[in-house]
Amino acid sequence: MLGFLIRRIIQSIFVMLAVALIAFMMFRFMGDPVNSLVAENATVEERDAVRERLGLDQPLWVQYGRFVARAATGDFGLSWRNARPVSTLLAERFPATAELVLVAAGLSLLLGIPLGILTALRPHSFSTQTLQFFSLIGISLPTFVTGILLILVFSVWLGWLPSFGRGTVVDIGWWSTGFLTLSGLKALVLPSVMLCLFQLTLIMRLVRAEMMEVLRTDYIKFARARGLTNRSIHFRHALKNTLIPVITIFGLQLGGLIAFAIVTETVFQWPGMGALFIQAVSFGDVPVMAAYLVLVSLIFVVINTTVDLLYAVLDPRLRVDGARAAH
Amino acid sequence: MLRHLAMTAVAATIAATGASAETLRYATARDVYGLDPHAVTDSFTNIFTHHIYEPLVRYNADLKVEPALATSWEVIEPTRVRFKLREGVKFQGGQDFGADDVQVSLMRAVDPKSPLRGNLPGLKAVEIVDDLTVDLILEGPTPLLNNYLTNIFIMDKGWLEEHNAVAPIDASQGEEGYTTNNANGTGPFKLESRRPDALNVLVNYEGWWDTPQHNLTRIEHTPIGSDATRVAALLSGEIDLIEPAPLQDADRIDGTEGVHMLQNPGLRSIMMGINMGDELVDGNVEGNPLKDLKVRQAMYHAINMDLIRDRIMRGKSRVTGSLIAPEVKGFTEAMDERLPYDPEKSKALLAEAGYPEGFAFNLNCPNDRYVNDEGICQAMAAMLAQGGFQPRLVTEPRQMHFQKVDNHQVDVFMLGWATLPMLDGFSVLSAMLATPGGEYGTFTPKGYSNPKVDELTHAVATEIDEEKRLAMMQEALMLAKADIPWLPLHQQPLSWAARDSVEIPQAADDLVRLWYAKITK
Repeated sequence: MLGFLIRRIIQSIFVMLAVALIAFMMFRFMGDPVNSLVAENATVEERDAVRERLGLDQPLWVQYGRFVARAATGDFGLSWRNARPVSTLLAERFPATAELVLVAAGLSLLLGIPLGILTALRPHSFSTQTLQFFSLIGISLPTFVTGILLILVFSVWLGWLPSFGRGTVVDIGWWSTGFLTLSGLKALVLPSVMLCLFQLTLIMRLVRAEMMEVLRTDYIKFARARGLTNRSIHFRHALKNTLIPVITIFGLQLGGLIAFAIVTETVFQWPGMGALFIQAVSFGDVPVMAAYLVLVSLIFVVINTTVDLLYAVLDPRLRVDGARAAH
Repeated sequence: MLRHLAMTAVAATIAATGASAETLRYATARDVYGLDPHAVTDSFTNIFTHHIYEPLVRYNADLKVEPALATSWEVIEPTRVRFKLREGVKFQGGQDFGADDVQVSLMRAVDPKSPLRGNLPGLKAVEIVDDLTVDLILEGPTPLLNNYLTNIFIMDKGWLEEHNAVAPIDASQGEEGYTTNNANGTGPFKLESRRPDALNVLVNYEGWWDTPQHNLTRIEHTPIGSDATRVAALLSGEIDLIEPAPLQDADRIDGTEGVHMLQNPGLRSIMMGINMGDELVDGNVEGNPLKDLKVRQAMYHAINMDLIRDRIMRGKSRVTGSLIAPEVKGFTEAMDERLPYDPEKSKALLAEAGYPEGFAFNLNCPNDRYVNDEGICQAMAAMLAQGGFQPRLVTEPRQMHFQKVDNHQVDVFMLGWATLPMLDGFSVLSAMLATPGGEYGTFTPKGYSNPKVDELTHAVATEIDEEKRLAMMQEALMLAKADIPWLPLHQQPLSWAARDSVEIPQAADDLVRLWYAKITK
């Protein structure tokens, strides 16, 4: 177990170094950030002076080396856009993204699994047909279209929910939360629905397919022959075996949620890390872009490691080797 | 009963304060970069900080220079200008305003490390004469000094020293500046709170020296990046004023009860620069046909700006033959004349120049900088093709586009110029028409050089006599107009939208000055 974790940590360091390198190689094709930093009427000399101060006149590998050396000490530098430390900016934005992703992920699990079971157990009922139809819409509509539609219906026409922002937030230490106020909770509804829609339908369809597969297997037939109750068969025997692939997909998709949050945050002006990244891209704010990409790659590595560890908890067969080694 | 009474009392108090509390909820496409007035050159950030900080002289709603923290000024000698400062002005933190504040602030703005340095060229030193008098020492005669000063805000010396912020913020160093998130000015509003990219709150500053023309007690500024969401927030009543409002939503906004569009032609002139160097960047012929005046005239005749105005700008742009807007000093009616749209003449001129089959070149445009920039260029590419040219359209995000413009990797390229913050034709002469060198000709198209224009430009730079200066400026602009290094298109429209209860003047420079805003019932 310990060896596994150490291997993972070493791997993740290499992943982050590679991501940073690729990022720096791409920044060259993003245009010249100096244009955002000087006045429209700045002279050539003023432009060159700024370029030199920021080290942009240095070759790519020097810029990359400098970034890595500073990042190793936890210093991601200062944002060029608003002259604030990148680490502060990311820490400020992290709670917003985390809460949004948490709620969206929670919604997709809490609704996706029961709906999946329901549609698997009653494959021909009217409600199943309807749900299947709507899940097709959810899986095929681009998320920004759903977002704009939600705003049109619930903010402009009905006036029930806010169309942008986080509402009133409460600061608990450095963490700002929207969970504690009514306006904060209301503001969470539309963005999290938009974000979870794809995930929700995916999980629902996956659970349904897996569940129907499992219900046809011999051990379920045997369980029925033993005279066990339906409830026990469905939830104790069938569901457990359904969940392994669901966890894999969910883990992979959780990273996807953070990535998709960029679109959601842009549509709803959600002040999270994704919105920060988009602004950095349009400004050419290299320190913020580099730090964000490294951070997201770290999050991906952590999620995947956690998923691997969870397998062992859910599937006893994967524990056998370890158990034997212990004896 | 008692509880009931108490609740009525509370309700009455709320109602009473509600009647006088006018909150303006205001949304823009992006957030301010920071609150330090000497750290950014971005004009949106500057006008936002202008609500908190003030310059010595300011533009009013009609874009005329008027006294602000200075009450009067006189040129003592060409390189020494004396400013009398306003008495009894207090900073929002309670400090008295005086000559030492002006000295520290102006020197902070022109510090070699300050990005604002180019906005106040030629300032050598500030000498304190007495508590309320300063002399600005200049390198040479500076006719546009007051125009420059409208953009340089005054901070308190003691406050800067207390927070160790006298040196300007330098993004290449690792330290965060106190002044980025905190503000202490003399302006009409003071900062209550700031959450970057979420909410900035300004409240009325009771101690402001000027008589307020606004009736706002509170401004809540929210950046909303997505156009659709910003419009939705206005329509749903969550926001009172948005800037910009997308042109394509104009009909929808005007068709909704309770909100309306604010549209006027702005200062920003959109034009196409023409590569007049020895080679085309992406051509299919020897040399550069664009060096030939006839070819440039052919291009001019091929473009139907009226059609672009009606179809792409929804009738809201002002078609122009001039590189500066009518509000800018130096403009004359004669500059506004265009070569008429005439595709046959275009073909004839091309043939005369020796290119009956036309030739290929790049047509470079940004797609996220000016109003409908990409659409204009698509239409223009089709028009040029009809006129006998073979344009290759390239549209890119602004960072890419301007990088190519800077490096002259463009043949025919789009650029917009608003002459801000000078509001003077000299801005166009010095940055876009003079032969490159020193502080001149940053954007001058490759290969363009007219010695007479250069001579006049350098003379305009130091001429104090306003009439002579104006005459020389106009002569130079007319000379350059005949050369067509730039092909003028139009002045793009300003596009804001507001709730009907909001009254606000729309100045041509596209800057929102909320100290002129009123909320009516």
